[in-house]
Amino acid sequence: MNFFVSFGSYLLLLKSTLGKPPSGKYFRRQLVDELSLIGLNSLGIVLIISVFMGAVLVIQAGYNLQNPLIPRFTIGNGVRESLILEFSPTIVSLILAGKIGSSISSQIGSMRVTEQIDALDIMGINSASFIIFPKIVAALFSFPFLITISMVTGMLGGYSAAVIWDIVSATDFILGLHLYFYPFEIIYALIKTIIFAFLIVTISAYHGYYVKGGALAVGKSSTKAVVYSSIAILTANVLITKLILI
Amino acid sequence: MIEARSINKSFENKDVLKNINIIFERGKINQIIGQSGSGKTVLIKCLVGLFEVTSGDVIYDNRNFTRMSMKERKLLRQEIGMVFQGGALFDSMTVMDNVMFPLRMFSKGTKKEMQERADFCLDRVGLNDAGNLLPDEISGGMQKRVSIARAIALNPKYLFCDEPNSGLDPKTGVKIDDLIEEITLEFGITTVVNTHDMNSVIQHGDNINFIFEGTLEWQGNKKDFLDSGNERLNNFIYSTELLKRVKP
Ligand SMILES: Nc1ncnc2c1ncn2[C@@H]1O[C@H](COP(=O)(O)OP(=O)(O)O)[C@@H](O)[C@H]1O
Ligand SMILES: [Mg+2]
Repeated sequence: MNFFVSFGSYLLLLKSTLGKPPSGKYFRRQLVDELSLIGLNSLGIVLIISVFMGAVLVIQAGYNLQNPLIPRFTIGNGVRESLILEFSPTIVSLILAGKIGSSISSQIGSMRVTEQIDALDIMGINSASFIIFPKIVAALFSFPFLITISMVTGMLGGYSAAVIWDIVSATDFILGLHLYFYPFEIIYALIKTIIFAFLIVTISAYHGYYVKGGALAVGKSSTKAVVYSSIAILTANVLITKLILI
Repeated sequence: MIEARSINKSFENKDVLKNINIIFERGKINQIIGQSGSGKTVLIKCLVGLFEVTSGDVIYDNRNFTRMSMKERKLLRQEIGMVFQGGALFDSMTVMDNVMFPLRMFSKGTKKEMQERADFCLDRVGLNDAGNLLPDEISGGMQKRVSIARAIALNPKYLFCDEPNSGLDPKTGVKIDDLIEEITLEFGITTVVNTHDMNSVIQHGDNINFIFEGTLEWQGNKKDFLDSGNERLNNFIYSTELLKRVKP
């Protein structure tokens, strides 16, 4: 019951967020801020986890595929598939849900408890749209870049591991990366990414926007934001995979 | 003039305001006083529409705000300024940008006219040097003054202040109260002030409305405030040991 009430107010918040925006005078400025907050500031963590993810995938694959009947290029191939289909879009989004989700909900939550949201409303400004819309746009724009970068650096990480520990030869690894490649997989991954980005921003914004109380409540809401965004990502992942890939 | 007619407000099943009838007059400081938790903030938020009333009407100079469409309310809100309890300044913007904000959003003037208006408002609250600072970088009293400057930027007809001097030292509190009174008289604003500060009440209480647990318990002015004969009001006024001792 409680879930349906929350889901209903989430939808209502979405409606006013995507409804008629207040004058666009601040939009550009806000978008630039959000792009740097959501996009640029996440670049470091995305690079780091991707390199390590790629490396571990290669080490694992090398360990598991010791059968002489299986050609070594399979390792490169498998790493590419795992990165593009799951690791980059899903795992990186989960990490970003932690980083971006908590920051969005605590920022909006503190605007709520310090009555900054009331101050906007009292001026007759659609506060939901004013605050949340630029974040959605920034996330929908940044995530595909971040995830694409993650795919590339993941493969670089894998390549480095392959060469450093002599798991596969460079030629075999690169051959594997190229073999049986369907560009549609990238599109599939980016569609997932965009949906995840939307879920992270809106769910976190929802938890911040409806905070009641003080600083303690803001902290709790940002934990909830991360938990619920992650659950939403995992659920959506199953549904999208079932819908698109099969 | 703002009229609150039979206002009731409940949350879930808790009745916070019960049948409140008050007339807030133009060019006056109209006070809502009462203990913490008595419903002052809820009442002010009902008046400005941040909360929907459960029943009753709020009338702004013969315009029924409660029955208005969202669009009409939006227009009327441009005549309203509000000073929130914590100041509610936008913390990512400088003092100047905070005051410019409503102007940029709603004023039809040129850039230069907006700038002049913002300068005037900051000057009016004595903060013409602080424009480039961020809200974090100024004192609580200054934040309240910026908040007042932002609230009067669009020349409001109605000004709402939620405990404008709470959290300030007594001297700064008095300054803020005086400033609100000056602005009210100067521009003929209908001003509504929430307070539990006895000093404000004795100084500025032209129209005092005492709320007790969500009901309007007593109405009057500073002349008959101290010897109202109302027990609940007296308990509220003489709640501290110091005041009990000086009680006539
Ligand atoms: N959004 C809300 N939901 C439920 N109860 C509320 C809400 N806001 C205020 N209340 C309750 O209304 C009562 C009056 O609060 P308030 O108007 O803030 O008091 P004060 O006179 O100190 O400003 C309190 O008991 C408070 O718990
Ligand atoms: Mg209050």
